[in-house]
Amino acid sequence: MLSNGHPHAAWAHCSFGLLCLLQVFFKEANVKQIDVPTLTGAFGILPAHVPTLQVLRPGVVTVFNDDGSSTKYFVSSGSVTVNADSSVQLLAEEAVPLDSLDLAAAKANLEKAQSELGGISDEAARAGVLISIEANEAIVKALE
Amino acid sequence: MFARTSAAVFLPQCGQVRNMATLKDITIRLKSIKNIQKITKSMKMVAAAKYSRAERSLKPARVYGTGTMALYEKAEIKAPEDKNKHLIIGVSSDRGLCGAIHSSVAKAMKREIAKLSGAGKEVMIVNVGDKLRGLLYRTHGKHILINCKEVGRKPPTFMDASVIATELLDSGYEFDQGSIVFNRFRSVISYKTDEKPLFSLDTVASSENMGIYDDIDADVLRNYQEFALVNIIYFGLKESTTSEQSARMTAMDNASKNASEMIDKLTMTFNRTRQAVITKELIEIISGAAAL
Repeated sequence: MLSNGHPHAAWAHCSFGLLCLLQVFFKEANVKQIDVPTLTGAFGILPAHVPTLQVLRPGVVTVFNDDGSSTKYFVSSGSVTVNADSSVQLLAEEAVPLDSLDLAAAKANLEKAQSELGGISDEAARAGVLISIEANEAIVKALE
Repeated sequence: MFARTSAAVFLPQCGQVRNMATLKDITIRLKSIKNIQKITKSMKMVAAAKYSRAERSLKPARVYGTGTMALYEKAEIKAPEDKNKHLIIGVSSDRGLCGAIHSSVAKAMKREIAKLSGAGKEVMIVNVGDKLRGLLYRTHGKHILINCKEVGRKPPTFMDASVIATELLDSGYEFDQGSIVFNRFRSVISYKTDEKPLFSLDTVASSENMGIYDDIDADVLRNYQEFALVNIIYFGLKESTTSEQSARMTAMDNASKNASEMIDKLTMTFNRTRQAVITKELIEIISGAAAL
């Protein structure tokens, strides 16, 4: 980690941490690029990315390793921090590898949530169903 | 604690001073202590099982917690000294018989309150756990903002942490900075009362190093802060549960050992008393026979 006296160092890697509540997927791993879905849009984080804080929204996180392979994870929500020293912390409430999700179950959940939406008037419950719809839509889109 | 409880149950007399306790008294006492030993042994087993589960889930939670704090450390966010409203979250639980867990958190909180009140700042506290409320409400009742019950029965989840955070944010207390006091787990036999800082939205937004973080609007920052608050509370809860279970295991283990000691001593006394009774009867018979 370089001190603040070297603002434009050439970084080859991001030191990446992908943490969810129950599991640590990556911890201080050196990766080339990470694609994250945030509330303001999806963007890719490369080494020497401008420091930023973002809030995640349900979607797919793609991690491009050093050797060129990529792994995908589905995250429910959380936050991502890019620091000045090119370390990235992705704190997700829940994160699962993409291939452990079932497309049929996701589609069924999505239809159920959409039909529930019509019958609810309470604000808080409506928000809950909308969140469920958004998450299921994202899962379906990711798996197709 | 165990010694005091047993003294309340039994006759408060120590061995040497006792006047010729009858065999009946000693038998009753022996039976009670044996029961208590069984109870403390089983409590130790339960605590050991809960402890191993808690420790296993602590590992990812720890990485998660340090990941959350990483931003604040890397950006070197420090609260300005002149801010007046403070918040202290004390994390403990509802159940006792776990050694000095609750009293150490309460002591740390009392020290902080005294220091901050002495400097003229306003302090409010959040008690997570009924035991803390019991320890603090008499002397620091007017500082208590929120009390949380039903803590410690089941392993803590992210939902619990978010409920606490929601209550705190809804309470309307606009704190400028705060800290969370909890028992950090070090090993099976040791824990340490630790304090982690909490920063309010304004402090983070106006900190000088935040300027280097690009593309942040107030909404995103607020979401981020709330999420970070829940994360820190979750981290504190996890560490605290693990420390509590290990402390309870140790306490119950000591209690069982003490009970075994008492049983040994009492069995000795019982046998000696029994032999004394027999000897007395023999003497009576013999002196009676000699008198004839």
